[in-house]
Amino acid sequence: MKKLLMALLFAPIVALASGVGLHLDKAPDVQGDKAALQSGARTFVNYCLNCHGASFVRYSRLADLGLSEQQIKDNLMFTAAKIGEPMRIAARPDEQKLWFGATPPDLTLIARARASEEGSGADWLYTYLRSFYVDEKRPTGWNNVIFANVGMPHVLWQMQGLQVLNKEHKLELLVPGTLSPAEYDKQVADLVGFLVWMGEPEAGFRKHLGFAVLAFLVLLFGLSYALKKAYWKDVR
Amino acid sequence: MSNECKVDCGRRRLVVATAAVGGVGAIAALVPFLSSMLPSERARAAGAPVEVDIGSLEPGQMMTVEWRGRPVWIINRTASMLETLPKLDESVADPKSEKNMQPAYCKNETRSIKPEYMVVVGICTHLGCSPSAKFKKGSDEGMDVAWLGGFLCPCHGSTFDFAGRVFKNKPAPDNLEVPPHVYLSDKRILIGEDKKGA
Amino acid sequence: MASNTSFEKYKSDGSLQGNLLEWFDARFPATSMWRAHLSEYYAPKNFNFWYFFGSLAMLVLVIQIVTGIFLVMHYKPDASINPNGIPVAFASVEYIMRDVPWGWLIRYMHSTGASAFFIVVYLHMFRGMLYGSYRQPRELIWIFGTLIFLCLMAEAFMGYLLPWGQMSFWGAQVIVNLFSAIPLIGEPLSVWIRGDFVVGDATLNRFFSFHVIAVPLVLLGLVAAHILALHEVGSNNPDGVEIKKRKDANGIPLDGIPFHPYYTVKDIVGVVVFLMVFSIIVFFAPEGGGYFLEYNNFLPADPLKTPPHIAPVWYFTPYYSLLRAMVWPLFGIDAKFWGVVAMGAGVVILAFLPWLDRSPVKSIRYRGPIYKTLLALFVISFFLLGFLGTKPPSYSFFGVIPGAPVAQILSAYYFLFFLTMPWWSRIDKYQPEPDRVTM
Repeated sequence: MKKLLMALLFAPIVALASGVGLHLDKAPDVQGDKAALQSGARTFVNYCLNCHGASFVRYSRLADLGLSEQQIKDNLMFTAAKIGEPMRIAARPDEQKLWFGATPPDLTLIARARASEEGSGADWLYTYLRSFYVDEKRPTGWNNVIFANVGMPHVLWQMQGLQVLNKEHKLELLVPGTLSPAEYDKQVADLVGFLVWMGEPEAGFRKHLGFAVLAFLVLLFGLSYALKKAYWKDVR
Repeated sequence: MSNECKVDCGRRRLVVATAAVGGVGAIAALVPFLSSMLPSERARAAGAPVEVDIGSLEPGQMMTVEWRGRPVWIINRTASMLETLPKLDESVADPKSEKNMQPAYCKNETRSIKPEYMVVVGICTHLGCSPSAKFKKGSDEGMDVAWLGGFLCPCHGSTFDFAGRVFKNKPAPDNLEVPPHVYLSDKRILIGEDKKGA
Repeated sequence: MASNTSFEKYKSDGSLQGNLLEWFDARFPATSMWRAHLSEYYAPKNFNFWYFFGSLAMLVLVIQIVTGIFLVMHYKPDASINPNGIPVAFASVEYIMRDVPWGWLIRYMHSTGASAFFIVVYLHMFRGMLYGSYRQPRELIWIFGTLIFLCLMAEAFMGYLLPWGQMSFWGAQVIVNLFSAIPLIGEPLSVWIRGDFVVGDATLNRFFSFHVIAVPLVLLGLVAAHILALHEVGSNNPDGVEIKKRKDANGIPLDGIPFHPYYTVKDIVGVVVFLMVFSIIVFFAPEGGGYFLEYNNFLPADPLKTPPHIAPVWYFTPYYSLLRAMVWPLFGIDAKFWGVVAMGAGVVILAFLPWLDRSPVKSIRYRGPIYKTLLALFVISFFLLGFLGTKPPSYSFFGVIPGAPVAQILSAYYFLFFLTMPWWSRIDKYQPEPDRVTM
């Protein structure tokens, strides 16, 4: 009976393992690396924050990345007057819709929203930002391997260079950019790390607190279990 | 049935220990819930220090800026306004600003950093109305003949002088509050913070 | 259990506290309630692991109510778009997650609590099936329980709309549209439920109202009824024997022990273990792998763009599979309507269990191979239905066995298990129940 129950508990997990989907490259985890996150923040404000907002993140929050208020104001804060303001964009959403055909999404939560069975949101973004290729048929001149007919142009192309899709449907670097492929991957990894951090700035503290709470509960478990034993010792 | 220590002292100790540890946990669990009622980041950002340019404030004029949702008055006091202050020491409740209604650096004759510029929260210390300016001497603005100029709270009739000191025998208990502020330059004040970049 | 009035009133020992207590007790049934429900409520002494889930369900209810109260202080049920182009309701949830001190913890506790509630309640219900807790004289407890389950589904469904993400919006859209399948009145009914022609601001506001006031009140009332009914007839136990048949000279069941302190100290252990599991999810995996917080719900609701694949939250998926299994029109009415009927019947049929089961014994311990096999198959099919409900209809196992027909077969089994129970439960072999409980 018990074995049967266990077997059927695991049946769905076995079935789950059989999913098929697109292949995503694993994004390096840079959450503990403040320098990487700061570099990601720089790329973000310079390349993304022109069209995409991050309207739930206040500039003051960037202090969590080890930056002083003055550093944030001098190097990262271009769209707001006060440090407590969120990372908004100048354009109005309805104007953008007119210009681009669609409003570029707010990126605060993009790393959480892009997670799927295929991989984490970071993996998706890491792959996406490295998978643009030149496509004359598209109005923007760009297409993407994992996001077919994407509306966004490749804003980082000067760094990466120009990629094309060759006959085997593989990406090929035609014209090198200002960065080597390894440097570009690192640049993207930092940016993705920043996007992940932005999705839940409390995540690091949350995990730390979790260990403390669990340690407390272990203590309480020991006591309450001893108490239960003490009361139940004469129940036959 | 379970209270006889003779039978089981260990059990009693366990009850106390478990209750104590559990109680500590329960109190710790209260912290997030009660803290969630404190001002949020949005409220803090909205309540952030305000930078004010006082370059265009003529002598004898006042301006009002909002800080943390409250009116803060900045008054450019003339020499004749300042002269009234020592004369009123007998009539006001707290002439030497003994009560803690101003930062230490404003605990002086004029209740200000620079004598001419008065920075004060325009909220009556009685029940929170905003007093109105009655700058003219005498009865021109409906005050009594001996009036030297200052402020009148319309709600319950408390009166204040040009340093925000409350007159004796009025409903308001304290002088008007002087907020923390600092001069960033000759003509720029930051209200809500003492030192830049703190 | 004896009725409350038979307990003696508290007599003061002359001290101040004693006098106060006597005064209070003369005007309020404090002592009698304490005795009737705790210190002199005799529960069978052989409760096992499965008996933790009742008290745990109460705990989760408290967690949900308390966290809910604090969330309502900051949440705004407003579908209008803010200057940043984000719906106000969605933005207010992120405001809680970022700007409100400790808001993230309270929100994660509430979202994890929703899933925890269903895990605990499903296990609690399964306990009832294992040991025949629904059988005479506990039919009413079981019916109240079924109603609680229904309420919980309504509560969870309406609460899920509030974050106003893509899954919130499209989930509500699909489920409300189900009502339009009802012949004649369906279309106006679904418009009435939404208060609009699409799920919109009106829908969000009324769901908020129901979620925070109406349904919780009903839920609390039903929980009280569930417990009062239980304490009237007394608890069942893993042996399925009635402990009240054997009493000592004082009328106390021989196999009973006072709920307090014995089961209070035992349930505290259960609570602590539960809190450990709960904390692991809240602090280390609040998204629950995309099952507790669906990834697409991190995108604000967009009425013009359906996500490529919508699945309800995991706790609804077995019933969602029943719904999707009906693909044939019957009696000239759309398949959609029969899907709704199947889903509703899947829940309602549980209430009839006390009368469907005709076995001479209650507990699985003394029941025969037919029950054990069919129940095991029922659990498997329930899990598989749940799993398939999270997948698109085109899903196939290992890329070969198509999921849709499997779900149809499993759905048929779900109903056949109940409908044929009067027959197989009678012919099944069984062992005689013991006289007394076994430890």
